[in-house]
Amino acid sequence: MEDQGAAPRRADAGLGRRRFLGYVVAAPTLLVAAQLGEAVLAPTPAAAAVPSLPEPADLYDLTDLLTDATLPTSGLISVQLNADGTAAFALPRAEVGQGITTSTAMLIAEELDLPVSQVRVTLADARPELLFNQFTGASSTTVSTYTPVRVAAAIARERLLAAAAARFGVPASTLTTAAGVVSTPDGRRAGYGELAAAAASTTTIQVGVALKQPADFKVIGTAQPRVDALDIVTGRKQFAMDLSVPGALPTMVCRPPTINGTPLSVQNLAAVRAMPGVTDIATVSTGVAVRAATFGQCIDAVRALQVTWGPGTEDGSSDATVLAELKAAGLPFAVPPVNLLAHTVDSTFTFAFASNSALEPNCAIADVRPGRAEIWASLKTPIAAQGAIAAKLGLLPGAVTVHVTQGGGSFGRKLFFDAALEAAEISQLMGKPVKLMWHRTDEFRQGRTHPMSVSRVRATHALGQVLSFEQRHASVATDFSHGLGEVITALVAKLPVGDIGFSETIFELTQQTPYNFGLTSQLLSEVDKGFNTGSMRGIYSPNVRCAQELVVDQLAAALGQDPYRFRSQSLKDPRARAVLDKVAELGSWGRPMPAGTAQGIALHPEYHSMVAVLVEIDCTPAATGRRIPDAWTGPRVTKVVCAVDAGLVVNPLGLQAQMLGGITDGIALALTSGLHLANGVFQEGSWDNYFYTRQWNTPPDVQIVVLPATGDTPGGAGELAVGAAMAAVACAYGRATGTMPTDFPINHAAPLAFDPLPTTPPVPQSPVDGLTRAY
Amino acid sequence: MPHHTFILNGSPVSVDVEDDVRLLWVLRDVLGVTGPKYGCGLGVCQACTSHLNGKAFNPCSVPVGALQPTDQVTTIEGLPATVGKDLHPMQEAWLAYDVAQCGYCQPGQIMAAVAKVHQARAAGHEIGDADFDEIRNICRCGTYFRIREAITAGAKNF
Repeated sequence: MEDQGAAPRRADAGLGRRRFLGYVVAAPTLLVAAQLGEAVLAPTPAAAAVPSLPEPADLYDLTDLLTDATLPTSGLISVQLNADGTAAFALPRAEVGQGITTSTAMLIAEELDLPVSQVRVTLADARPELLFNQFTGASSTTVSTYTPVRVAAAIARERLLAAAAARFGVPASTLTTAAGVVSTPDGRRAGYGELAAAAASTTTIQVGVALKQPADFKVIGTAQPRVDALDIVTGRKQFAMDLSVPGALPTMVCRPPTINGTPLSVQNLAAVRAMPGVTDIATVSTGVAVRAATFGQCIDAVRALQVTWGPGTEDGSSDATVLAELKAAGLPFAVPPVNLLAHTVDSTFTFAFASNSALEPNCAIADVRPGRAEIWASLKTPIAAQGAIAAKLGLLPGAVTVHVTQGGGSFGRKLFFDAALEAAEISQLMGKPVKLMWHRTDEFRQGRTHPMSVSRVRATHALGQVLSFEQRHASVATDFSHGLGEVITALVAKLPVGDIGFSETIFELTQQTPYNFGLTSQLLSEVDKGFNTGSMRGIYSPNVRCAQELVVDQLAAALGQDPYRFRSQSLKDPRARAVLDKVAELGSWGRPMPAGTAQGIALHPEYHSMVAVLVEIDCTPAATGRRIPDAWTGPRVTKVVCAVDAGLVVNPLGLQAQMLGGITDGIALALTSGLHLANGVFQEGSWDNYFYTRQWNTPPDVQIVVLPATGDTPGGAGELAVGAAMAAVACAYGRATGTMPTDFPINHAAPLAFDPLPTTPPVPQSPVDGLTRAY
Repeated sequence: MPHHTFILNGSPVSVDVEDDVRLLWVLRDVLGVTGPKYGCGLGVCQACTSHLNGKAFNPCSVPVGALQPTDQVTTIEGLPATVGKDLHPMQEAWLAYDVAQCGYCQPGQIMAAVAKVHQARAAGHEIGDADFDEIRNICRCGTYFRIREAITAGAKNF
């Protein structure tokens, strides 16, 4: 091993600059790979008036765990320089809208001195050798790839400098790089593309390199529009169902009338097989699959199928029965309900099932042939998917090629590979390639949900101080069987005794009480494994923190304090106080508001980031009485002010986008978005039943402020804003109406605002009146 | 099998498919035009929003047999066909405000936005909050506010 770095990259790059190790990989063109040398972030000690012991997530949270887990294998992340001067990088993560292809291109552009437009970031196929390092979740992507991606790019730059030095016969230290060109002091120039072959190595060698200091950043920290924005606005961006795979015809599954029911027999197979366009029908584990010339003909066939179904896993269950299970499962508090020395605040909150369905439904293309299989899908755990598909098909994992496509949203849904597994099973049975897509109605009824939960909070206070703050969160079991994205942890999470430990671990690593409230504790208990569940953006945080912040408002009232100032003085972390103070200032906290309207304020720390949200809500009849067909109008959030400190920010424009999405989700979870369970089936079957935020619920005034970097490493951002926004909206609603809300979303207890679609046939027919609704 | 002709993004096309197949599937599965997306097939999410003779409509809710040979169907792929420009001003506004996240709904959002601006003008006013509140297109990434900003800006340029 020797240091092949040609020259100190900058005058200050010598003593005192930490060097990182990487590789120049044997290849015909310049190919570099990085090895991570990043220390874990130092913990921030808590200081307090009535100190709370640091909670696990204060010191070592889920992002830390995921970052540490990537250490042994991140050297396999490689950047390639092409003859056309572009740099190529296959990102071992899923892009589902969160902007990581853009931020990754920025990291490479920064260290390479190459325009962002010259960096091509694609999504890597499943690579089992990456172990933990191909998992997209828990807002960990930028945190865990920030250093290794830059190291690879920095090594590439040094190799290009060395190649140029040899070509021009000058010391590398005299050369400069800018915009993909190496220049000599006397004006000779060479593009990276011309140097790429000469910079390559015939053997793999280890090299050391220093990285740019934040003060020298020219790309990181600047607002960068999405690299795929032009493709998106012209309709050229390709999602899985837009790919043209020879012979892969549209395929849909006729699904059972209750959750996880199973097909027993089909009465009219021959008649349906003879329908226009239909090529194949196969009974699979989840239902009856139909392959046809068009998806429209799949829908016709699915509706025509007469299937006898076996029971499901939740037949007879309803919101009320699950609520009873949850209430029975709550763990005891440490502090007794009656305390002679202090006042007690006891509150119980209920959160309905919610759908994490993206706009792109579950879908995958599968081409299974004897001895091999090829899969195309948006997957956040492609290695686990590859293993599971191989097991299902009776193949070795190496015989299953898994391509990760661009995803049309995830919100937790794409941690699972339900459609890819189903498509593989169908393709094998039919002996033909299939393009499998779930119907929207199936998404709501048979798709994964965010579990229903009950959160109890007990706080005590005396002499103006909060002495204890305990939370007991009971939830329908969250399926973590995707593990951390590779097969071994996926299997551990499936063990009968392993998964509660896994859930409890995730809970402890993500959930915090950000205030100095004396004795604080949070415990999770889980019930009922009959549902198809999964993490939704924020995992537990939106519900857990919403419950907490509502109790904080109660405590402030009990202590005669202003909700904002009470929070500000009780916070553990000065970074949290800074974001809170910022929204209070920008949002004119405490300004006089008309009756029926109010402000709410909340914050949320997660994954080394901090966000605060201030909202204003209108609960007057003018807002709640709006009449829009097939809509839930309800109270209107009229204004949102958000301040975020995500550590070192790679792309502030992308960070603001993530905050905006999280705010929109938080509004939905607080006010409108829930699933109603009755007789073993969710009643919602359409976007006009499941009231995710629409334009008529959108605040017309949104301000999102990115605070200056408070560190030299990025924090997580993908899920950050949901919990704070949900809590702020809930608090505002409570203040506007004078009644603390305890059931979420707040419209859940009202009579259903729609007529549920039938369960047989399982999907509705498409309308034919589109021309009459044109505008 | 029935034969259908219509004008797609400025050029005549012919397809042989049953009358009742919805236009969305004719575009995507038969003709390979994938800008219009499937989000529900119920005329609800509006991810497939395109234009028919200049008006926004949902191809998922129109049987191909309902089209006339002279009908002009414009998908997102055909929208840039404005004089002397690669992009429609609404697409440029979408880029300027970096509206998209995953991008799945955005072709439909842009097609809806252009039609909504024209509709507001036909009613004698420029597009505003009340008009935005009539746009039904779902964005599950929650980009609605940036959509409002982009429409306001884009409308000034056409």
